[in-house]
Amino acid sequence: MTNAIECRSLTRTWPGNPPVEAVRGINLCVEQGSCFGVLGPNGAGKTTTIEICEGLVEATSGEALVLGRSWKTDGPAIREQIGISLQETRLSEKLTVLETLTLFRSFYSSGLEPDQAIEMVSLQEKQHARIRTLSGGQKQRVAVATALVGNPRLLFLDEPTTGLDPQSRREIWKIIADFRESGGTVLLTTHYMDEAERLCDRVAIFDHGQVLAEDSPRNLIRQLGAEHMVMFEVEGAQTPDPEFGAGLPGVISVRTESGTRCLSVSEVHVAVPALLAAIAEQNLRLTSLTTRQATLEDVFVHHAGRSLEDGSEEVKK
Amino acid sequence: MNSGILMHPLVQLFLARFREFLRTPEAVFWSYVFPLVMMVALGLAFRTGDVPPVNVAIAQGTAEDQLAKVLEQRGGFEIIRGSNDDCRTALRSGKADVIVQLSESDQPTRFQYDAARPGGRDARNAVNNALQAEAGRRDPLQTEDVTATEPGGRYIDFLVPGLIGMGLMGGGVWGVGYAIVDMRIRRVLRRMLGTPMKKHHFIAAMMASRLVFMIPEIIVILILGWLMFGVVSYGGYLAVAMIVVLGAVEFSCIGLIIASRARTLEAVAGLMNLTMVPMWVGSGIFFSSERFPDLVQPLIRLLPLTPVISSLRLVMQEAAGPADILPQLAIMAGWAVVTFLTAVRIFRWD
Repeated sequence: MTNAIECRSLTRTWPGNPPVEAVRGINLCVEQGSCFGVLGPNGAGKTTTIEICEGLVEATSGEALVLGRSWKTDGPAIREQIGISLQETRLSEKLTVLETLTLFRSFYSSGLEPDQAIEMVSLQEKQHARIRTLSGGQKQRVAVATALVGNPRLLFLDEPTTGLDPQSRREIWKIIADFRESGGTVLLTTHYMDEAERLCDRVAIFDHGQVLAEDSPRNLIRQLGAEHMVMFEVEGAQTPDPEFGAGLPGVISVRTESGTRCLSVSEVHVAVPALLAAIAEQNLRLTSLTTRQATLEDVFVHHAGRSLEDGSEEVKK
Repeated sequence: MNSGILMHPLVQLFLARFREFLRTPEAVFWSYVFPLVMMVALGLAFRTGDVPPVNVAIAQGTAEDQLAKVLEQRGGFEIIRGSNDDCRTALRSGKADVIVQLSESDQPTRFQYDAARPGGRDARNAVNNALQAEAGRRDPLQTEDVTATEPGGRYIDFLVPGLIGMGLMGGGVWGVGYAIVDMRIRRVLRRMLGTPMKKHHFIAAMMASRLVFMIPEIIVILILGWLMFGVVSYGGYLAVAMIVVLGAVEFSCIGLIIASRARTLEAVAGLMNLTMVPMWVGSGIFFSSERFPDLVQPLIRLLPLTPVISSLRLVMQEAAGPADILPQLAIMAGWAVVTFLTAVRIFRWD
C-alpha cells in the first residue's frame, strides 16, 4: 500500500533579507488510514510543510508525494482527492452555510451532497444561517466541512482548534475521529500537545524547520526514560542550587520553570522519598509537591531544551 | 446533486458573488443611487427653462436710484444694492454677475465683472445695452431673436453619457478590484486554490457578476434621464448597448489588473484612485475634454474612459450608428484584452 504522504528532504527558503529557512530537510511518511500530527511551537515550519503537501507552496528542494502522485505532474488529480482547512481562512460572512458548501462542492467532480457534509459537522440547524452569525467554533466546523465536501481520502487540517473553547475543540476532535473511522487519512498541525496525544497515531515534533523526533505519542514519552514528572517549590527566596535533585535515585533530568523545579523521573516511588530526605537535609521548607504523567510537552522540552511557550515568544520577538 | 448547470463552478461562483453583493446594502446603494442622485441634482441645477435674470449689483455712487429704476423698467434684471463692499462680496460669491457704478460727470460708467466666468460678459453686455438704449442709442441694424432649446443639446443631454461612463468605471474598478483584494486578505483565494477549482472560472465569474450588476444600473440612469429630463438616444439603443457592455468588460478587466497583486485594502484603494482620478478629470464626464490643450489630446483620447463617453455622446446626441464608433470600440477592446491578459499572468492568489 502506498503511503498517503511521503516527503523526501523537503526544504523551503523564503526570500528576504536575511532569507528565512522555514523548512530545513524534512522527511515524513504518513500511512494511509492514520492520523499524523505535526507538532511544534509557532514558526517551527509546520504550516510551510503542510502547505507544501497541499500543493500551495512549492518546495525549494525535495519532493512531496501525495497519494502516490507528484504535485509536479498530477496536481489536478491530487486536488480532487484531498480536503484542506487552512489556518485563519475567513469564509464569506454573507453566505449561508449551505451556500458555502454548495459552492465548494461545485469545484469537485465528485463528492458528498452539501447537506451530508453539514451533517458530518452537526450544523444542520445552522445550514441556512449566514456565516457571520456563527460562533468561532461553528465557523471552524464550516471550514472543516468545506474540506470534507469533496469526499477526500486525505484531510489536511492546519491548527484546526487554535483559539477555540474546550467544547468546540471536542466537537472538532469528534469530526476527525469520524472521518478516520470511514477510512480517511489525516495530517494535522497543532501546538496543543494534548490534542496530538489524543488524536494522532504518530507525531513529528518540529522545531526550527527540522524534525526533532517522530514516533507514536506513547513511544515518544517512553523514550524519555522518565514517564513521570515531579514538581516542587520551596519556601521563600531560598532557592536550592540548579543541580539540586539531579543525582537522586530515579531522577533522569532536572529543569526549572518559573520557580518550579521539575524532575523527570522513571519511578515516582523511588524518587519522591529521596527528594523529601534531601530537602530535609538542607533545611528547606517545601511549599508544594505534585506529580504527573509525562506528556508530549515534556518530550518537546527534552529535545528542544526549552518549553513550548518560550518557543512561541521567541517567534513573536 | 450533479444536476447540470446549477452545479457548474462558474454558476456557483457567480451566484456566490451575486448574493454577497445583494446582501451588502451599502454597495447596492452606492452603485445604484449615487449616479442617480448626481444626475437629478446636476440636471436640476443646469435645467433650461425660464431665462434666468441677469444679476446686477449697483454700487453706491451718483444716481443709483435712477439707475435701478431704468434697469427695472427694461426688465430681465435682478438688482442687488448695497455698499461697495457688499457689491464686491456679491460678485465674488456669484450672487451678482456684474457691478455697475455711475460716477461723477465726465467719468465713464464702470462695469466690474469676471470675464472668465460663464455669464460675466453676457451680464455686462446686457446692462450696457440697456443703458445705451436708455441714453438714446439707435441700432442701425434691425435684428430678430428666435430662441429655442433643442433636446439633445442641453447640459443634461451632455451629462447623461458622462454619468454612464462614470458608473461603468466606478462599478468595474471598485466592484472587481475591491472584492478580489478582500478575498485575498481573507485567504479565501488561497483556500479556493486548494480545491480543483479552475482559475479562469473564478476570474470569469467575478467579471460576469459585475456585468450583471452594472447593466441594470445603466438602464435605471437611462430611464430616469428620459422620464425626468426627456434625454433620449438619437442614434438608437443598439449602439448604446454595445458601448455599455464593452465598457463594463473593459473596466472589469482594469479592476482585475488593479487587484491582481495588492495585499491590503489601502494599497488597492490607492491604485484605484491613481487610475480613476486622471479619467475623472480628463475624460470629459462633466465638461468636454476638448477644453484641455491640444498637446494632451492624444493622451486623453487613449484613456480607457474617454472612448466610452465620447462614443456615447456621438450616439446619443449626434445620432451616430454602430459603424461610426468603431475606433472608440477598438480602443476599449484593446484596453480590455491587454489588461486581462496581463492580470491573469501576474495574478497573486495569496
